Amino acid sequence: MNGSVVLRRIGGGVLVLWLVSLLTFALIQLLPGDAAQAIAGENATQADVDRIRHELGFDLPVIEQYFRWFSNVVTGDFGTSLYSGRPVTELIFEAAPATLSLTVMAIVIAVLVGVTAGIAAAIRQGGWLDRTITSLATFGIAMPSFWVLMLLLLPFAVLNRWLPATGYAPMSDGLWPWLSHILLPATALGLASAAELARHARGCAADVLARPYIRTARARGATGAWLIRRHVLRNAAIPVITVLGLHVGRLLGGSIVIESVAGISGLGTLAIQAILQRDYTTIQGYVLFSAIIVVLVNLVVDLLYGWINPKVRA
Amino acid sequence: MTATLQFQAGPAPAVGTARRGRTSTVASLMRRPSFVVAAGFLVFLVVVAALAPLIAPHDPSAQVLEDRLKGPSWSHLLGTDDLGRDVLSRLVYAARLALLAPLISVSVAILLGVPAGLWAGLRRGWVDAVTGRLSDTLLSLPGLAFALAVVAVLGPGLFNAMVAMGIVFAPSLYRVVRGATLAVAEESYIESARAIGCSTRRIIWVHVLPNIAAPFLVQVTILMGVALLAEASLSFLGLGVQPPDSSWGSMLEVAYQNQYDAPLAVLPAGTALVLTVLSFNTVGDAIRDTVARRRDS
Repeated sequence: MNGSVVLRRIGGGVLVLWLVSLLTFALIQLLPGDAAQAIAGENATQADVDRIRHELGFDLPVIEQYFRWFSNVVTGDFGTSLYSGRPVTELIFEAAPATLSLTVMAIVIAVLVGVTAGIAAAIRQGGWLDRTITSLATFGIAMPSFWVLMLLLLPFAVLNRWLPATGYAPMSDGLWPWLSHILLPATALGLASAAELARHARGCAADVLARPYIRTARARGATGAWLIRRHVLRNAAIPVITVLGLHVGRLLGGSIVIESVAGISGLGTLAIQAILQRDYTTIQGYVLFSAIIVVLVNLVVDLLYGWINPKVRA
Repeated sequence: MTATLQFQAGPAPAVGTARRGRTSTVASLMRRPSFVVAAGFLVFLVVVAALAPLIAPHDPSAQVLEDRLKGPSWSHLLGTDDLGRDVLSRLVYAARLALLAPLISVSVAILLGVPAGLWAGLRRGWVDAVTGRLSDTLLSLPGLAFALAVVAVLGPGLFNAMVAMGIVFAPSLYRVVRGATLAVAEESYIESARAIGCSTRRIIWVHVLPNIAAPFLVQVTILMGVALLAEASLSFLGLGVQPPDSSWGSMLEVAYQNQYDAPLAVLPAGTALVLTVLSFNTVGDAIRDTVARRRDS
């Protein structure tokens, strides 16, 4: 992939992020009635409302408000929380590690389970293993992740106490405390992606295995494991990466509910608290931060494409 | 199923073969057992929702506090919840929201995505560039996060949340419609239609819409399932449906709060959710496979 394509993709990403910033800014402008009044609450005095209006710059023209806000955002300053008065960036960086562990672990589980199951189904096409995996995948896509987590918690944490039912331990506490807290939530979160990956990997692997060069390789005496490594995995990588790019946003959204069931204080918990506390600057920061992650991941996906598949190197 | 019929009731396609082609698409769909079962379940759900007062054995909000968190019995087939309300009756009444909530989202997505997709596909140029960027922007917002932000601004409530989800879904319909329209617009009969002076409106109704019906329907049924899952998530968090109304999502929240006292209470509402989403997806998959097969043959 040459430099100008990379630059164009990055430019596209920046443009999208700028539009997202407009959108999140507009959200606050959409507050019904007087925004300052809504933030101050029903029992606030007129003086309180005026103070809030001035502090947030609501007494300035909209364009000027936007430029003030945007120039801060560009430097990483998402404003201060209306509830706690702490910088929103700080709140986000405190909450992000738990959510990122959860989503990254969910992706790892989704890829391991999904790709293995999909390739196994493709090798045993039409057999009972294939039928089982295909029907399980159909169910997996239809299951709400938080319900899956409740079902997983029942045997592992409620009826038996093998794993903790709630909470989170950072990796600095040790690998097992971290893993034991995150394993069930990440499995539940990643299941739907695993199911979708299994479908794509099966389709792709079946496609590759039907090619004449596979028969040639078999005739030369290539073993199954070698074929899988050499041909199937490499070809399956493209749909896997595409699906992952599409799923990042869904996983981040899904982690909101999963965190609430698993009692993990991450970005989702931060967002829900912010909503209940009418802490609009934190919500703005949360939406913008999530969008930045999605755009970045998709940028990486786009660039990986060109690297894996020379055909799209334009 | 009903959606299919409605779509066919639109203006008749100009070419006779197209109409025959579509009726036999329905016929070959009906030969698929998975489609018949899934569509049958959805029809069943519509009937249950419509006749909820006749079907529900109890008043869904009648509280019998001495019967709290009871397991299944003859008087309460699926047991009772934390306020002694009959779970089966609540499940039956919540079927209404399970259909209504996705319908709100998908309608919003159709209203935004289809005209934009048609416009971009037919006009291309700057229209395509602008709508494409907008669609990329919405796609980069985690749907649930955006819905949460809208709920934060407009206040908790199912309608606001579902409209917000509809806005997030619009790009996926936009992409499908735009892609299909671009493909159709390349066909020589569109050029002929223009040459004999057909208006853009007529070209859309007669040539474009019938040809994009299949990919559109596939996307709509799949979005119905996604919207239902989103509704359940938001209601589970207490930001969607508000008491005294209840949905399968808010029922799951009640069951979750009492999971140590009644561990199996998470099953009824969860199963109802899975079966409904599964049916939407199966119908969508069946339409896709049938149309793809007919195109190949």
